[in-house]
Amino acid sequence: MQWDIVIDNFPYLLWGAYPEGPLGGLALSILLSIGGIFGAFWIGLVAGLMRLSKRWYIKFLSVVYIEIIRGVPLLMLIFWFYFLAPILLGKTLPEAESALVAFIVFTGAYIAEIVRAGVQALPKGQMEASRASGLSNLQAMRYVILPQALRNMIPSFVNQFVSLTKDTSLAYVIGVVELTRAAVQVNNRTLSAPMEIYLTILVMYFVICYVLTALSRKLEKKMARYQARG
Amino acid sequence: MNYKFDWNKVLSGEYLDWIIEGVGVTLQISAVSLVFALLIGTTIAVMRMTKVKPLIWFSASFTEFFRNTPLLVQIFFWYFGADSLLPRFALDWLYEQDFEFCAGVIALSVYTAAFIAEEIRAGVNSIPKNQLEASRACGLSFVQAMRYVILPQAFRIIVPPMISQALNLVKNSSLCMTIGVAELTYMARQIESYTFRGFEAFTISTLIYLCISLVVSFSINFYNKRFLRAVRY
Repeated sequence: MQWDIVIDNFPYLLWGAYPEGPLGGLALSILLSIGGIFGAFWIGLVAGLMRLSKRWYIKFLSVVYIEIIRGVPLLMLIFWFYFLAPILLGKTLPEAESALVAFIVFTGAYIAEIVRAGVQALPKGQMEASRASGLSNLQAMRYVILPQALRNMIPSFVNQFVSLTKDTSLAYVIGVVELTRAAVQVNNRTLSAPMEIYLTILVMYFVICYVLTALSRKLEKKMARYQARG
Repeated sequence: MNYKFDWNKVLSGEYLDWIIEGVGVTLQISAVSLVFALLIGTTIAVMRMTKVKPLIWFSASFTEFFRNTPLLVQIFFWYFGADSLLPRFALDWLYEQDFEFCAGVIALSVYTAAFIAEEIRAGVNSIPKNQLEASRACGLSFVQAMRYVILPQAFRIIVPPMISQALNLVKNSSLCMTIGVAELTYMARQIESYTFRGFEAFTISTLIYLCISLVVSFSINFYNKRFLRAVRY
């Protein structure tokens, strides 16, 4: 057992070479997942509502997006965007940005399904009543349905955030120095304590994800009391 | 956009063979891991449902730990850390086999087992308790009640989420490329480094993954429509 290697390199695992060099390690992982979930929220909201549309071409567009993304491994998407960027832009995108785009597009599809389920879970009478009181479809969505539905979705969003946090480890494959790659670098430099190093970062990921999962369970219980029922 | 697409290069000769080989390895590692995952997952779920405290703690911490950590790190942990973790004879045996493949199977099956255990538990819990009470009252023994009343119903509920777990497993097996298992993603990467046709290689392998999952998810939908209507509470 050589835990001193882990202790010596712990700052590197936490924030990479910062402030002398670029930010990395756990800090970058968290930044990527927060950036990812914020971007994905808007894409997911739009795609989820499009899927509920009555016009077939709008619905079709979002079904295609959701099904394709959900059918493909995230690793594939990360590579795909990494190789797509030079074709579209003529220059390579920095690795972290490219991974972030992949995370946003990937998580967006899952959030879209959460949004759809959340809106459908509301009793139909809510929509009918707001239409009957003279709101337009858009107004009813904006002022009646979404405020209720989005609040009920918060636990699912937290769960999605947890899996995104775990998935940021995949940015490793294109060379982003987030927590996993930082650990691989430390391991390659020292070569004598792989078990200790990987166990340490497993625990680091676990602490973050478990706290969030526990939070979402608590929220779920709390929210169940305030739901409108049909 | 002045990039010249060259699909032929990737879809012919040696490179096509690589892709086919990669699909084979992907399906193989997923199938082997699925068998182990089902075994481990069922065991963990049964342990969770017993009334023995240590077993419940063990299975609860097992599922929580493996569900809340990234699969990629788990793969690294088993691959690089197995040295100091497993006994000598097990290691010797593993090194004689394909060690990358074995480490991949261990990581994938343990990770998937944690999810499967939760699905099984949710499935059995979703059968109302009075079903068991009623069957016991009719004079069936506990095992008979399980065998003829509870499990046949629970099974129908468990199957669809189980299939989507299997699908996740196929997608997750792509992570094994990082330790050098020559599955589909690995092959795409390899073709990229031989031909510089990264975009084409990854588009084709993306389509292959997509085909696998679309076929499976259509069959789940079919199953849901056909069989699941009878068991809603």
